[in-house]
Parts: sequence; C-alpha cells; structure tokens
Amino acid sequence: MSSPADVVRLLQPARRFTLLQSLRRAQFPVVPTLILGVIALVAIFANQLAPHNPEVGSLVARFKPPFWMAKGSTEYLLGTDQLGRDVLSRLIFGARISMVVGLTAVVFAGVLGTTLGIVSGYLGGWVDQVVMRVTDTWLALPALTFAIFLAAIVGPSMWNIVIILGLTYWTRYARVIRGEVLSLKEREFVRLAIVAGCSKWTIMRRHMLPNVINTAVVLGSLMLGVVIIAEASLSFLGVGVPPPEPAWGLMLSDGKQGLMVGYWWLTVFPGCCIMLMVLSANLLGDWLRVKLDPQLRQL
Amino acid sequence: MKRYIIRRASYCLLSLFLLSLTIFFFVRVTGDPAALLVEPGASPGDIAAIHHQFGLDRPLWVQYWLFMTSLLRGDFGQSFYYQVPVLQLYLSRLPNSLLLAAVAMGLSLVIGIPSGILASVRVGRFWDSAGKVFALLGLSLPSFWVGLVLILIFSVYLGWLPSSGAGTPLHLIMPAFALGWYFAASLMRLTRSSMLEVLGSEYIKLARLKGLPQSMVIAKHAFKNALIPVLTLAGINLVIMVNVAVIVEVVFAWPGIGRLLYEGIAFRDFPVVQCVVIMAGAMIIGVNLVVDILYGIIDPRIRLEK
Repeated sequence: MSSPADVVRLLQPARRFTLLQSLRRAQFPVVPTLILGVIALVAIFANQLAPHNPEVGSLVARFKPPFWMAKGSTEYLLGTDQLGRDVLSRLIFGARISMVVGLTAVVFAGVLGTTLGIVSGYLGGWVDQVVMRVTDTWLALPALTFAIFLAAIVGPSMWNIVIILGLTYWTRYARVIRGEVLSLKEREFVRLAIVAGCSKWTIMRRHMLPNVINTAVVLGSLMLGVVIIAEASLSFLGVGVPPPEPAWGLMLSDGKQGLMVGYWWLTVFPGCCIMLMVLSANLLGDWLRVKLDPQLRQL
Repeated sequence: MKRYIIRRASYCLLSLFLLSLTIFFFVRVTGDPAALLVEPGASPGDIAAIHHQFGLDRPLWVQYWLFMTSLLRGDFGQSFYYQVPVLQLYLSRLPNSLLLAAVAMGLSLVIGIPSGILASVRVGRFWDSAGKVFALLGLSLPSFWVGLVLILIFSVYLGWLPSSGAGTPLHLIMPAFALGWYFAASLMRLTRSSMLEVLGSEYIKLARLKGLPQSMVIAKHAFKNALIPVLTLAGINLVIMVNVAVIVEVVFAWPGIGRLLYEGIAFRDFPVVQCVVIMAGAMIIGVNLVVDILYGIIDPRIRLEK
C-alpha cells in the first residue's frame, strides 16, 4: 500500500483534469463568469485602480477624447467628460455602485419574496389569499414606472434605490416559491415532521427553506441583469443615484448632452460596461437555471 | 361562464383597490404629501392652507375616501407646471404613445415571428444561433442605450434620421426600434418554443406522412396552432409598451406619456406623476381581465378550475 502522501500526489493532477472536463461537459459559461469576476475585482479595488478622482475634474481638460484619437492623451486613457473628469476612473467606481446596488437589491428582493412565498404557501388560507392578491397587484404594475414613482417620492440616494428595487422585484420570487412550497408540503418528510411535533415555524425554516433555496438562487441570478438595467434607468432619469457619484446610468445621462457634437466616448463606454455586466449575468443565470432547476426552464 | 367572469372581475376590482391603497399609503408614509402638492418654495402658511384644502388634517380613512371619490370622478388634480387638469394633459399625450407602441409592436412582430419560425425549423443550425444572439442582446441591452447609439450612428454620423421630436414617419424609426427590440426578442423566444412544441405533435407527423411539402406543413399546420400564445403575448405587450416607453421617449424627446412622467418628476409636478402611475396600473389590470375572459371563452378548462 502507498502512503497517504502518495495518494494525494497521484490524485491531484487527475482531479484537476476531471474538474476542467466536467466544467466543459456542463457547458459552464467561462467567459461570462470571468467578466463578472473582473468587474467584481475592479469594484473592490476601485481605490487602487482608478488613476484619477472620479468626482473631481479639471475644467481645462474638458471633453478630451480617448488616447488613440488626435488630441487624446495617455493621462486620460478613455477621455474626459463635460467637467473634465476622467471617464476610466468614473467607470471603475461605477462598477462598485452597479455591483453593490445590483447584489443588495437582488438579495433584499429575494429575502422578502422567499419569506412571503414560504409563509403564503405553507400557511394557506387567508394569509395565502392576502399575499397572493398583493403579489398579483404589484405584478400588474409596470415595474419601472412604479420604481420611478417611488423614487420620485422618497428622493434620490443609493440606499433608497436598493430598497425601491427590492420592493419592486420581490413578486416573482413570491409567486414561484409559493408554487414550490405547495407541492413540497404534500411530501412524506413534511408529514413526518408534523407527526414528530415540529412547529409550523420550524417546518418552514428547517424543511421548506433548504428545499426552495436553489430556486431562489436561480431567480436571483436571472434578476441581477434586470435590476442593473433598472438602476441605470433610474439614474439616467435623474431619480436614481444622485450626482456627482459615478453611476453608469448617470454617466449616460451626462453623455447625452455631448452626443450631438460627436463626443461618442461618453455614451459608448458606460453603455458597453452595462451591456457586458447584464449579458454575463443573464448567461450565467440561464446556465444555473438549466443546471440547478430544470423545472424553471420555460421561465 | 357568468360566475367565472364575475370572479375575475371582482379580483380585478380588488387589484384596483389595492393599487389605489398602495399609492395612497406610500405618498403619506414617506413624508408630508403637502410638500408634494405645493410648488417648491411655498411658505408655511401656504402649506397649512393646502393641508386644510386637501383635508390632510382629517383622519386617514376620510382622506382615503376623498382621494378615491375624486379619482372616480376622473379628477386627478391640476398640473402645477401646465396649469391644466392632469387627465386632460394625459389624454392629449396618449395618442402619441399609442402610435409609438403600435409601430414598435408591428416591428417586433415582423422581426420576432419569422425569425422564431426560422429558428424552430433549423434547430441548432446557423439561423437558430443567430436568433439566439439577437434575442440575448435584445433582452440584455438597455433600450435607452440602444437609442443613444442609434442617434450616434444615424443622426450624428450618417445624418439620415432626425435625432428627436415627432411629426414625420422618419421620427418614428429609431424610437420604435429601440423600444421594439426587447419585445421582438421575447416574441422570438416564444414563437420558437411554441413552434417546437407543435412540430413535435402527432398531427404534424401525419401531415408529413401524407407527403405534404415542408413549406405546407410549416405554414398551414404548425404556424396556425403555434400562433395563439404568441398573439396573446403581443396583445399584452402593446399595453405594457405604452407604459414602459418612459426612457425611450425621454431619449428621443417623443411627446408621449412617458415623457410626461419624466417632466412631472423634473418639475416636481406630483399630480402628473400620480396620474401616470395610476393609469398605467389600471390599464394593465384591465387588459389582464380581458385576456382572462377571452381565455375562459376559448378554453372551458380554465373557467372551471378554482
């Protein structure tokens, strides 16, 4: 018999090989994951990466084009905006805002929707009726219009946006999770738990929640793109993240003024960032949906 | 059937009630509504007068009663900025929004349905993959950015199309495309999956066994049956489009209700904002009711289930 160390040495390369192989067989979306990873790293290390202060510009350096164009300089790699602020630095800090708003809003909506879905599905009766009627009503509202309405009332701020997007997008979780709970509660293990004397609260927490968490994760990953676009839209309309913070939607709204004169870099770069992030989130979400939860395929 | 319609209609009324309650509640919970109802910079005396005039010093349920009765009379208040009744303003902008939505809808049908059919007939081949990319981009690109890039290419560099405003058919092309792409993408996905389902059925196999040519099978047997869910979605989309066009209308300065909402926010013209949101919810709830009833007529199984 070989020693344990030999076994480890023998297993290591083989294991790495099978991991790669299984990823390929599962058609794991490598590129989208890498893009999201890079955006996350950029968001975390924004302070170290950004060459300039994103909120302070110099007015003598207004509307500089990217470095490869005539009049461009390597000091401002992707050019400057109408206040002479470095576009690259603003994009880097904008990644932080999009990541933070996107993830926290998705988690907030997920916690709210999953809780209501479990409670509504498991308790049934009038609780179910009330929750589902409210869900139907909120689903009937055009989400973006409703978010604009709320944002107009409470005023612009980053955390207000998180709360508003959470309050707007919890309904889909509640609907789907409730459906899952309805079928789960007819299963043997739940009946056994009732016989064993578990309280309703314990059953919901210990037996329902772990069984619906997969679905919640899939819904969350599909929701990320929607929420990022919603945040950009609100900021674009001036009811989202307030200036001078460098949100991508806000940059697009600023860039609109220079569009007709041909300052294309103020529009193209932030838009590309939004597109890359949303596209990656959607591809990853689609993959997760098929892998984790085949029942959700037609969503 | 009568019972089914009554049940759906009562759900619909309940939804409208909850909608009004939600809006009423949010306006009052998030601050003093008087601050939203007076023009910015009003004196404390003016605010007190507004409090009295709108009954904000009365109990909540009285306030809600006043709010609902004025809504039911079609009284959404007076716009601060335009100094005309809000409903009148809304109705004057609605035709523009309907026009834009109709053109965008037409565009999305013309693109979405044929490409969906093509993709379902050529599963896994070039056109299927091209359609997938088109749909993925349509669902991932923010419509306002599509609009800005279109302006950059077709107005700024090529100078072919006007960048903003309304009036000629040329003004419609870019906003309709920016708005319609997303819906074309969702129609394409639905057409594809609906066609695939039909193409796998027994009667299509029979049609093929009879020796009908492929084009005949697709056009006469498969497409007709795959069309039902697609047209339902298209009908609902039209109403949704009118109400989600806010950003596209802002980008292209299109004088519709989306732009009205934006102006309402920019000028702190709260009655306008409230009216647009209530009308949006009411329209969508109404269309859902019509769709439910039509479904009940077409498919008896739906109206029997509890």
